[in-house]
Amino acid sequence: MVKIEPTPAVAPETGPRSDIVVALAQMAPRLGDLGANVARHLELISAAAAGGADLVVFPELSLTGYFLKDLVTETALRLDSPEVHALAEASRGVDAVVGCILESDDHRFHNAVLYLSGGAVVHLHRKVYLPTYGLFDEARDLAPGNRFRAFEAPLSSAAPRRPWRVGVLICEDLWHPSSAYLLARAGVDLIICPSASPGRGVGQGSELGTAQSYDVITRTYAQLFTTYVVYCNRVGYEDGINFWGGSRVVDPEGHLVGEPAGRDEAMPLHRLDLAALRRARIANPMLRDERHDIVDAECRRLHRHERE
Amino acid sequence: MSVSETAAGLSAAAPGGALAVDCDLVTEILTGFVREEVRKVGFERGVVGLSGGVDSALTLAVVCRALGPENAVPVIMPYRASSPASERDARLVAAQLGTVPLVVDISPQIDAYFDREPDADRNRRGNKMARERMSILYDLSLARAGLVIGTSNKTELLLGYGTIHGDMAHALNPLGDLYKTQIFALARHLGLPAAVIEKAPSADLWEGQSDEDELGFEYAVVDQLLHQMIDERRTRAELHGLGYDDAFVKQIHRRVRDSQYKRRPPLIAKVSNRTIDRDFRYPRDWGR
Repeated sequence: MVKIEPTPAVAPETGPRSDIVVALAQMAPRLGDLGANVARHLELISAAAAGGADLVVFPELSLTGYFLKDLVTETALRLDSPEVHALAEASRGVDAVVGCILESDDHRFHNAVLYLSGGAVVHLHRKVYLPTYGLFDEARDLAPGNRFRAFEAPLSSAAPRRPWRVGVLICEDLWHPSSAYLLARAGVDLIICPSASPGRGVGQGSELGTAQSYDVITRTYAQLFTTYVVYCNRVGYEDGINFWGGSRVVDPEGHLVGEPAGRDEAMPLHRLDLAALRRARIANPMLRDERHDIVDAECRRLHRHERE
Repeated sequence: MSVSETAAGLSAAAPGGALAVDCDLVTEILTGFVREEVRKVGFERGVVGLSGGVDSALTLAVVCRALGPENAVPVIMPYRASSPASERDARLVAAQLGTVPLVVDISPQIDAYFDREPDADRNRRGNKMARERMSILYDLSLARAGLVIGTSNKTELLLGYGTIHGDMAHALNPLGDLYKTQIFALARHLGLPAAVIEKAPSADLWEGQSDEDELGFEYAVVDQLLHQMIDERRTRAELHGLGYDDAFVKQIHRRVRDSQYKRRPPLIAKVSNRTIDRDFRYPRDWGR
């Protein structure tokens, strides 16, 4: 197994902190091996904390692998599972975002992301848009989520001068602009997108087609919603399909923070700063000017029209 | 009707409880399967490797019902070390079903190969024989204009107890969803020779080989466990509750998991937007 060392962000600022350091744990889960993946998460969470991260983000389904098929039910966790407890305990020094299959009390299985901090599950997002086309077959095995919610991330190691508002979108969720719009409207400073994006589409230059698409989407959302976007994709191969990595942070002006990761396992650290967010929103105050009243009125009208 | 009533209604020779099947119904489905899937691709005949064992005997019986004995091409392929009883039983089955078997001795080509590989162990030799037989069946497939009909059952497919690209290679597999216990029940129901049904199952790849000795458990036992594990999706804890030994469950689970590659086509490295068998996914019966 490849040893992942955190790549340090730039030197910390002095004085009251408006910044956080985010580690992107771009790793390759072992397909269907919950035990090995939990152990790997604990190692990487610990390494991220030691490297100075306030938050470590893992890819989609980082605890199970992606093309699970019948392994979905066998690798599912519940919020009271010992694995969740162990990972939450590890989040006392650094917040952690992990991906798993989550089983509900009525035995639906969700592609879920847990935001862990201070020994607890602080937020839970269930993937809403389950791709079931092309090479994807998620709705065959999974139940969809039904909400996009923002929350205040503790990030206690950074002791931020005001809470960071955060929203989570899982992979395909990001391909629906309404998801990002709803989070922006809920006031997020940061959209976290854990992903298991298969690499495909050669012959369109030196980058895969999927990598080009995510580059456009992450930079566009960051710029239009003047928010940070943290995108953590996985790497490795499952049943012949490669995952292209390219994990990145985009700032609220739509620029990459540092370089995107490559196609191998890595854990780069990036600095995100509320001061940069403030400057972006002064320069481009689209959120201030957004006419939610018009959106609401038009949606109501369209809704009536659809019913007719 | 409850499960117990169903089981009680079957003959004493049929497997009890969960593995009980209605033999007439299953025979009808298998017969229709072979008839339809052979004819829709433009063939009339079926080529079956006949070993003298119960799986290939039942397969040939189904092919005869589906296509008529005149369109069944049984092929007996002994090696010089094969048990003489195997060829005798194979001939008995072929005759009872009104077919004329081809007999191809594979000793010359097997020996020619292993003369250069004198240190090969019996697994290598056994696999090579299985693939030699496959190669012959596919040659006869073209020569006799018949599809190769496989004889693998669900038990051996799940346990990975077969040679990839050997006996696991064929065009159609009528018995692949039936456990060995169910194969025995169908064979009895169709009146196949007692000699074939009553002898210990063997791949006959070397002298004295026995499936149950080699596997380390009895079909009757493992079939019940596989049924609970695979068809009923019981968890480890539930299987423990049913009285299964944890180590045995783990052993069988590992066999199924570790042989998954044998049941899947080779992996294709995805680079394009439309990859064969991944997002290029027409049915095999495309246009048929």
